[in-house]
Amino acid sequence: MSTSTDTSTSALPLSLRARRARNARRRATLWHAIGLLIVFLSSVFPFYWMVTTSLKSQADALAVPPVWFFTPTIAHYTDALFEHDVAQSLLNSLIVASSATFLSILLGTPAAYALARFEFRGKEDLWFWFISNRMVSPVVLAVPFFLIATKLDLVDTHIVLILLYLTFSLPIVVWICTDQFRNIPVELDEAARLDGASPWRVFWRINLPLAMPGIVVSAIFAFIFSWNDLLYALVLTRTDAITSPVAATSYMSGYELPWGEIMATGTLIVLPMVVFALAVSGRLVQGLTMGAVK
Amino acid sequence: MLKSTVPPATGAARAPRRARFRFMPRSPAFWFLFPAVAALAIIGIYPLLLALYNSFHRYKLADLAGGTPFVGLDNYTATLADPSFWGALGRTVLFLCMTLPIEIALGLFAALMLHRTALPWLRVAARVGLVIPMATTYAVVGLIGRLIFNRQFGVVNYLLSFFGIPPLDWLADPTLAVISVMIMDIWQWTPFCALILLAGLAMVPKEAEEAARLETPKWSKILWHLQRPYLLPGLTAILILRSADMLKMFDAVFTMTRGGPGTATEFISIYIQRVAFRLFDQGMASAQAILLLILTIMLSRLYIRFVYREAV
Repeated sequence: MSTSTDTSTSALPLSLRARRARNARRRATLWHAIGLLIVFLSSVFPFYWMVTTSLKSQADALAVPPVWFFTPTIAHYTDALFEHDVAQSLLNSLIVASSATFLSILLGTPAAYALARFEFRGKEDLWFWFISNRMVSPVVLAVPFFLIATKLDLVDTHIVLILLYLTFSLPIVVWICTDQFRNIPVELDEAARLDGASPWRVFWRINLPLAMPGIVVSAIFAFIFSWNDLLYALVLTRTDAITSPVAATSYMSGYELPWGEIMATGTLIVLPMVVFALAVSGRLVQGLTMGAVK
Repeated sequence: MLKSTVPPATGAARAPRRARFRFMPRSPAFWFLFPAVAALAIIGIYPLLLALYNSFHRYKLADLAGGTPFVGLDNYTATLADPSFWGALGRTVLFLCMTLPIEIALGLFAALMLHRTALPWLRVAARVGLVIPMATTYAVVGLIGRLIFNRQFGVVNYLLSFFGIPPLDWLADPTLAVISVMIMDIWQWTPFCALILLAGLAMVPKEAEEAARLETPKWSKILWHLQRPYLLPGLTAILILRSADMLKMFDAVFTMTRGGPGTATEFISIYIQRVAFRLFDQGMASAQAILLLILTIMLSRLYIRFVYREAV
């Protein structure tokens, strides 16, 4: 924008038009800023409200009208963690989610490599079967799995949850890693094979290190999905193996609800996920659409 | 669904197949795939077969004295004649029809805002903000809903009071309860729509877009004539994935309303969960789960057909 149009206030048609265009652009920028601000505020507000409520005293949390400025307290966090035993449930969540993630990387990366590199009959069907698993409603598996777990005496153990979480974490690792392996030049494989390396060695020593970025992203997705589950854990755990989302819902049985503690528990559950999601934010869409949209 | 993809593991069946299939136990592909396929078959397919088996039997956990006799299609006919099953399915579809258009419209708004190149700092802030709802654990979304829609101290009623609206008992009124669940769903999933549509907008060639901007200042014209075709694949993905998600919707609704008041927010997954684990009728719940699975398979076929056409 030139400064000459600012100083010339004469009503020359040309400068008038320039000023109108400038004003229009300024208005557009203003609307753009307001639009972005609305997007930002509406996304963040409920989260902000949860975090601030967790830091308010019970009186402040239940105040009418709501208080915006208050003296923060961490009492709800210590109460939730140690008196309501959220610490144990967070530990359970960590054990279950990281085991499921580790297993799905262990099983999923070779499968993804095979889907990316080898040609065989039925490959498309196999690929689609992996995809279909993302769509299956948890309740469909929870019903029979409850009976299996009861029969095998696995109710309220970590193992049963780890196995169930594989049903969605394994497919997500396969989709993302297949994509990643496809981007590694096949010439590298061929050169290594000519040097006498076995297929396994080619995978382990050449492809796996090169695919690390994709593997890390898929591991984060697998972890987030496993961490976030409520239904399976609600049905299959009782006391020892309850995960943190189940612990968060267990406050709901009382009459006077300890809102500060509930929101403190919620914050403890969500905060690590927000950090992880921000770490993979560039590939969130890819993970959530199973690689169909990049 | 598996068809011919899993080769037989037994030695006896190996030899005759070797001649017909290029995908053989000897090939490295088999050993790379076997662990994952076997694991998913055991945890993903075996339970479904068990559910199918149970759906043909009387299987009430509270009343196992009479055993679990074979009852043929009784559970299916009972389910299909059950108004509460259709009610739950109908509520789910209605919820989808009301929520999804709003999510897409708001998502498109956010995507268009983020696509414009000006105001880099505010754009980064909005982009980061969008990640938060997507990352929030579904169960916690429901808890936040209970907090902000509380009749006495909820912040929603407080904000509405500025418009002269008296305090509403959101979670006790059937219609308002559905609306509050809708609002939380819209909060959580609009960013998903926004990011998918934003990815579509980014596919539009830069030169074409600049030329269009010189041609017309109207964003609606650019959207319709230039950007629309690039948005369609993402839109298809949103439609199918969100439909599948609504069939799965459980966590947030469970923590927010438990399906209530009455059955106002009892969507299909909540209903099946209640039949299985509150009424302890495993046979009936299995039949319903199988019916839900059939719907899901149809959706995933659609997804593969329309979204993955060129992916493999």
